[in-house]
Amino acid sequence: MAEQPEIAPEQASAVGTPGGAPVRKPRSAQPGGRPDAVGAFDVTLRIRRFNPEAGAEAYWEEFTVRALRTDRLLDALHTIKWEVDGSLTFRRSCAHGICGSDAMRINGRNRLACKVLLKDLDPSKPITVEPIKGLAVVKDLVVDMEPFFASYREVMPFLITGGNAPSAERRQSPEERARYDDTTKCILCAACTSSCPVFWTDGQYFGPAAIVNAHRFIFDSRDTGGAERLEILNDKEGVWRCRTIFNCTDACPRGIEVTKAIQEVKRAMITRAF
Amino acid sequence: MQTHQYDVVIVGAGGAGMRAALESSTRARTAVLSKLYPTRSHTGAAQGGMCAALGNVEEDNWEWHTFDTVKGGDYLVDQDAAEVMAREAIEAVLDLEHMGLPFNRTPDGLIDQRKFGGHTRNHGEAPVRRACYAADRTGHMILQTLYQQCVKQDVAFFNEFYALDLLLTSDLVAAEVADDEPVRVAGVVAHDLATGEAHIFRAKAVILATGGAGKIYKTTSNAHTLTGDGMALAFRRGIPLEDMEFFQFHPTGLAGLGILLSEAARGEGAILRNSEGERFMERYAPSIKDLAPRDMVARAMANEVREGRGCGPNKDYVVLDLTHLERAQIDAKLPDITEFARTYLGVEPYTEPVPVYPTAHYAMGGVPTTIDTEVLRTNTAVVGGLYAAGEVACVSVHGANRLGTNSLLDINVFGKRAGIAAAAYSAAVELAELPPAPEATMVAQLERMLSGKGGERVADLRRALQESMDLGAQVFRSAESLTATLDEIRRLKARYPSVTVQDKGRAFNTDLLEAVELGFLLDLAEVVVVGALAREESRGGHFREDFPLRDDVRFMKHTMAYLRPAATGDGTEVRLDSKPVTVTRYQPMERKY
Repeated sequence: MAEQPEIAPEQASAVGTPGGAPVRKPRSAQPGGRPDAVGAFDVTLRIRRFNPEAGAEAYWEEFTVRALRTDRLLDALHTIKWEVDGSLTFRRSCAHGICGSDAMRINGRNRLACKVLLKDLDPSKPITVEPIKGLAVVKDLVVDMEPFFASYREVMPFLITGGNAPSAERRQSPEERARYDDTTKCILCAACTSSCPVFWTDGQYFGPAAIVNAHRFIFDSRDTGGAERLEILNDKEGVWRCRTIFNCTDACPRGIEVTKAIQEVKRAMITRAF
Repeated sequence: MQTHQYDVVIVGAGGAGMRAALESSTRARTAVLSKLYPTRSHTGAAQGGMCAALGNVEEDNWEWHTFDTVKGGDYLVDQDAAEVMAREAIEAVLDLEHMGLPFNRTPDGLIDQRKFGGHTRNHGEAPVRRACYAADRTGHMILQTLYQQCVKQDVAFFNEFYALDLLLTSDLVAAEVADDEPVRVAGVVAHDLATGEAHIFRAKAVILATGGAGKIYKTTSNAHTLTGDGMALAFRRGIPLEDMEFFQFHPTGLAGLGILLSEAARGEGAILRNSEGERFMERYAPSIKDLAPRDMVARAMANEVREGRGCGPNKDYVVLDLTHLERAQIDAKLPDITEFARTYLGVEPYTEPVPVYPTAHYAMGGVPTTIDTEVLRTNTAVVGGLYAAGEVACVSVHGANRLGTNSLLDINVFGKRAGIAAAAYSAAVELAELPPAPEATMVAQLERMLSGKGGERVADLRRALQESMDLGAQVFRSAESLTATLDEIRRLKARYPSVTVQDKGRAFNTDLLEAVELGFLLDLAEVVVVGALAREESRGGHFREDFPLRDDVRFMKHTMAYLRPAATGDGTEVRLDSKPVTVTRYQPMERKY
């Protein structure tokens, strides 16, 4: 996949550079347990560090580690944490792109660290790794996810129905099921929302992920809460803040057409047909 | 330090924990503790489906499902529990549909069903379409749907809280407590990752729903966070662990990485082949071939490699062939797993076979419970107010080998039962008295690791443990291999007190928590291997090369492993006992497919 720079009108010059923060002396590791296998290569990670207890400003630190052809960026972060500096802090769990823990900004683009293969990045330059933007940094690559989940909760992300549930399943045709398939893939990793320039400057904006999850129910033939959700998203911090920049679609590790989903919600708001 | 009081505290927010929360939170004041955000739980990684005899696409009934579960578990399944699960499966699937789960549909708009390993019509005649599914992300949809319902019900979550101690009214390790003496749960002690602060959660009832322990192995489909916390907490407080030697190795992990490729691929028609291109499962399971239960397929694959018919430069894997399937079928039914192959191995499943090898996947064993999910502290006595559901528990519905899809079923059926039972119990009792200084054990352990200067690194010990487990306690086992692994585990346990963490901070110290989790892994690995050594037979997922046959005379019984004072008088040791298997309608037969 060709890597196009994320569009960031007001911050384009800051992408992938250390900015004004200080840079610490590089550290490196020949990690144990990683034999010098055929095809192994060295990569340098330039990581944005922040320790709230040190009371200091954020800074950049470089680490050089040995990597294998099949290694993900997450493997390199683990090598650093396990072999060089145990204080390097990031979230992770499943390590194969399904749990949504490890969204971060890699070479200026929002990605899951467990879905980026090191061999696919240019090894001749340091790989910059930063926390996702628009959410307060807690420590190193960890951000406060509460505002993100608060927006999600506000769109009523659950099936709303009237009357008693039938004894068997509610019927839904394969075509009706296909209508909202794309937005059921969301793993709430926040890669989309935190790639959105509107969200960076206006933390009140619901953001793409919340709208995606509203879409998932608005277009579900079993749901009767669509009008109510559209009303919520008609708010001044709702869908109309979207400037169709497409950063969200590019950032989504699940391949959801996020911008298209937002446009469909906008259209439903105008036509009241969904 | 902070203290909280609840009627019900649920530890873990995967499928079982959240399914329990949906029941208990409407009936009792409930808190859910999770070391992750709920939607990060590993339920979300489950792919293929959830079986229930709906009969939507062909004739089926839950009694056939019960039989398949018992036979698939190599007759170590408690048959009353399997019957409950198969019968309640139908309601469990409908519950999820009513909550909004987007199941794939038949042309008539019913929930669609597909084939899965070991699930058959009429007691083994042929594969049956029993698995309800949502593409190949059924677990993801279950996790999302349950979380959505928890949001709707405003369930109280404590996210990124690590439960690190279980509080009981009696010390079960130090001395035997008679069955008729009441023992109750008093709460849990938790560590708030964000602040490093200790929190005591007093509770009338506690539900353990912490999932599995796959990280005792190196090659595993499990998340980094699956370190068996709930099993270890219970074990350290003197509660036995049941059948821990039975670990499932899923046949189709991406070779070298262990990432799961669902059995649904074979359900949709994919075929396993060796280096000669042969569909080798025809030799091992002539009637259902590639859809034989996982233990048989994993052993067949390992055997092909051992006999020199492996693929690749090192001949160390076999391949999963999807190239004869329609691209549209792959895209509609198996989109995620084919993307895993593209992303992580650079293989295009439309045109190339995918390298696969067995990967540590699921703990059949765990904290023993009754069919009402009450935790057993002996073969018959329960710990009042303590419940367990999901992979952490052993009911036992999986016996010696779990059938595919029965884990998603287990968390829904027994998670629901746990939520109802815990709420009912809490309505009838007062809070149990806390032991003195309830936080002391946890705080002392954390402080020791923070201030320790032994210099041992977590990663070194963990890697040694995982490599040793892969070497000695994987698909093929023997007294020799298991003894070598046990010796290594004991050496690592001796080094463990010297573990030092580099991060000395309070806030978000994941270095510290990894050190704690390593302690859980070491304890659990020892239980697995001690149990595997004692079980001198081959049954389900436990295969002993030195005892290749099932031995119903000596071993048709559950293993119960207790932590008790060492016979030498110094420290503690794993002590084994046994528990009878509940047999209702199916007498053990030879397991052929």
